[in-house]
Amino acid sequence: MDTRLAELRAGVRDTLPLLLGIVPFALVAGVAGVEAGLTPLQTVGMSMVVFAGASQLAAIDLLGRDAALGVVVLTAVVINLRMMMYSASIAPHFRALSARVRAGCAYLLTDQAYALAVARYTREDEVTRPPYYYLGVGATLWLVWQAGTVVGVAFGAGVPDAWRLDFAVPLVFLALLVPVLSDRPSVAAGLVAAAVAVVAVGLPFNAGLIAGALAGVASGIAAERLGLASGGSA
Amino acid sequence: MTTTYGPAAIWGAILAAGLATYAIRLSFIHLFGRVEGVPPALERLLAYVPPAVLAALVAPDFVPASATVAALADPTLVGGAAAVAAAWYTEDVLWTVGAGMAGLHLARFLL
Repeated sequence: MDTRLAELRAGVRDTLPLLLGIVPFALVAGVAGVEAGLTPLQTVGMSMVVFAGASQLAAIDLLGRDAALGVVVLTAVVINLRMMMYSASIAPHFRALSARVRAGCAYLLTDQAYALAVARYTREDEVTRPPYYYLGVGATLWLVWQAGTVVGVAFGAGVPDAWRLDFAVPLVFLALLVPVLSDRPSVAAGLVAAAVAVVAVGLPFNAGLIAGALAGVASGIAAERLGLASGGSA
Repeated sequence: MTTTYGPAAIWGAILAAGLATYAIRLSFIHLFGRVEGVPPALERLLAYVPPAVLAALVAPDFVPASATVAALADPTLVGGAAAVAAAWYTEDVLWTVGAGMAGLHLARFLL
């Protein structure tokens, strides 16, 4: 019992410094939902049902532009595909748990919960008992995410349009984009995706976004292959 | 811009996106033992999804109105440039959004 509680506490404690980045993100999600014409309940409901910031902002952005619903859902799914890697990577640490507990753990899987938990569970010199540390991280993030969305919704409804709070959405995307442009194939993926998305911006249903993303991924893989062919200099 | 979709359409999109996201999260946590990991080809593909999708999302918001130098003095572009610089140096969401907002409003005030 003591180990479990200590692990839970350690998870909460290690999450606290991350909240500085999570809180404004959650506020933006709340504000953006209201600005895009979603009701407060829909905006908070999205935070509960989807619980994945970047995909929520993308979905809100696209709903606000009346994009096709298929494009809205597909874009959110594509943004969240990275979680498949987290799922595979953390799965061995959860294998001793019952199916029900694993199903609950899966709901809380986010970039931050994955990163912190995997770091702790792969450190072999410590006694760690999955999933308590993970649950401490995940539950803290969940609570702060929901609370932040609620505050954002309340705040967003009362702020004049001249403040241009809607501009925070592309800014959050820039904040997420710049760090992932970490090597040449990633830069190629980003540049081609941007160029195609801009050229195809007139396509119906905002399909230019999907076209740009597909072209970008293909370019990243192609650039990686070319780099390998020339002796890995890229 | 505000949506013209009704409640049913919006809730449908939220539920569909949520269920699909949950399936992605659960995938290998559920399958472990039967499947050992992500196939390498899929893993490489997934590595380029974040830069590609984020760039495609953000690029149309920062296109100059025309191909002239004057068009670059646009508050949106100034804000975007400030945000990119902040993201580069801090890799922090708070600083990036703060810098972008400050850039936008300074440019609106000055230009």
